[in-house]
Amino acid sequence: MGSIRLEGVRKAFGSTTVIPGVDLDIEDGTFVVFVGPSGCGKSTLLRLIAGLEDVSGGRIIIDGKDVANLPAAKRGLSMVFQSYALYPHMTARNNIGFGLKMAGRPRDEVKRKVDAVSEVLNLSLYLDRKPGELSGGQRQRVAIGRAIVREPKAFLFDEPLSNLDAALRVQMRLEIARLQKSLATTTVYVTHDQVEAMTLADKIVVLNAGRVEQVGSPLELYASPANIFVAGFIGSPRMNFVSGDLAAQLGAATIGIRPEHIVVSRDGDGWRGTVAAAEHLGSDTFLYIDVPQTDGITARAVGELGLKPGDDVRLAPDGARIHRFDAQGRALHRMK
Amino acid sequence: MARRVSAARAVTITVVAWTAGFVIFFPILWMVLTSFKTELEAFSMPPKFLLFKWTLENYTVVQERSDYIAHVWNSIAISFGSVLLSMLIAIPAAWAMAFAPTERTRGTLLWMLSTKMMPPVGVLVPIYLIYRDLGLLDTRFGLIALLCLADLPIVIWMLYTYFKEIPMGILEASRMDGIGPVREVVFVLAPIALPGIASTILLNVILAWNEAFWTLNLTTSKAAPLTAFIASYSSPEGLFWAKLSAASTLAIAPILVLGWLSQRQLVRGLTFGAVK
Repeated sequence: MGSIRLEGVRKAFGSTTVIPGVDLDIEDGTFVVFVGPSGCGKSTLLRLIAGLEDVSGGRIIIDGKDVANLPAAKRGLSMVFQSYALYPHMTARNNIGFGLKMAGRPRDEVKRKVDAVSEVLNLSLYLDRKPGELSGGQRQRVAIGRAIVREPKAFLFDEPLSNLDAALRVQMRLEIARLQKSLATTTVYVTHDQVEAMTLADKIVVLNAGRVEQVGSPLELYASPANIFVAGFIGSPRMNFVSGDLAAQLGAATIGIRPEHIVVSRDGDGWRGTVAAAEHLGSDTFLYIDVPQTDGITARAVGELGLKPGDDVRLAPDGARIHRFDAQGRALHRMK
Repeated sequence: MARRVSAARAVTITVVAWTAGFVIFFPILWMVLTSFKTELEAFSMPPKFLLFKWTLENYTVVQERSDYIAHVWNSIAISFGSVLLSMLIAIPAAWAMAFAPTERTRGTLLWMLSTKMMPPVGVLVPIYLIYRDLGLLDTRFGLIALLCLADLPIVIWMLYTYFKEIPMGILEASRMDGIGPVREVVFVLAPIALPGIASTILLNVILAWNEAFWTLNLTTSKAAPLTAFIASYSSPEGLFWAKLSAASTLAIAPILVLGWLSQRQLVRGLTFGAVK
């Protein structure tokens, strides 16, 4: 079991309020990702749940019990840190088994559990090495092993992949997803990388300046962002925003169109533009197009496209997928 | 970047370094030499450097006249006892200051250090009276308690500096592992900070071993350490240079050996954190 409920959780450092008040429900067994730009308070919120920071107000309810005033050690959660934070003086085996040993579990039980976990994480060959003798990926596995061996109520991950190189990051991402599915343990994962968020999460919580902007499944956030912030944050390349006359024609202060929802052609209907730059990625081509009355439009087109800078093009946004926002940046109903 | 040093320059530097080293070491060497002379030769003019009649007589006399072993035992008990007691207080204190600082932590640290700037003689009378009334004069415990208090600021400062180098995340990881504060200090912090803790113990044992003001003023015989042993050879019967030297050589020998064996650890400890 591991349901987590935040009720009006506040955090201030001195006179600076970092989290003005967050309400959130995390159901048992779900994979929830906190995502947001750096400084948005996502790590702080995770540390509040962990008990590594004291709340300034509100309640943190784990399995029906308010733990806001309980020390981290007594909350029954485990955490994987960005820096791995392994015990440098212990071997990988002792790092993983330390919590169980300190909890007074019998030696053979600790050994059995550590062996089982290291089997799952492919660590069996490295168990007698100290962290200094392990590679970044292996350290990360030890840190994950340390978290899962205790069978906690929930796992907390604080940007666990940001110290790994790109290839390893993809591999570990898949492993974390697989592990979480097989263990079905509630997981709260913090990242600033929206690809991690989209691929891992059952539910994404988008944070901005300590506030929850929107909570939903990855595709819900992609298809129906609640406001300009979420619309701009989820999706890569970023959604295009257009204000002024073009937006007013559609009854909005600002409209947003994702790069993949624009059809680019040499002639036909749509906005006139000039290609400013073209990035050929093989599978896709990203076109940066100068369009009058806009700050420039990014469009995603097929890979083998013969357009080059200076070419005149027509842009036809998919009418059904235009997002409309009011002057405060809130989403309006879609055009019928 | 390594610079190329010419042979002449290397020779000059070596000669200067050895000369400086010899000058600094000379008083100790002279003391050791004097301890093997007769009283007459000890202050003969011109002084004799190596060509004198070598004798162990002073050591025999010193051992007969006063109980060297008892003084050594007192020195060991007082210096190690005071350092261990101060470690028990200082490790949790430095842990709190390094990992859970408040706005006043810096001020508290500086205030503690400032107490070391006061001359001890300023509080001699009150402390003497308190010790007399509590029956702590000439007791090992009295000296252990006093030297512990006197050492605490330096011990806390040294440990604080070492602890600051340890990433907070490791301690947080142990909290997430379900470990309470006491076991966090014992099983996580202390093993990681072991080199720093060892240098702190070494340096403070040496300081306590050599401490002369309180040990001379608060002891007479029962708890008298080696400093009192040396002092007993100075005044009343006039100066006996050779015997005084023998007593001093005996007194500094143990700590000299300890210092020699642990010099790498000591140098590392003293320069730790100086260069990031």
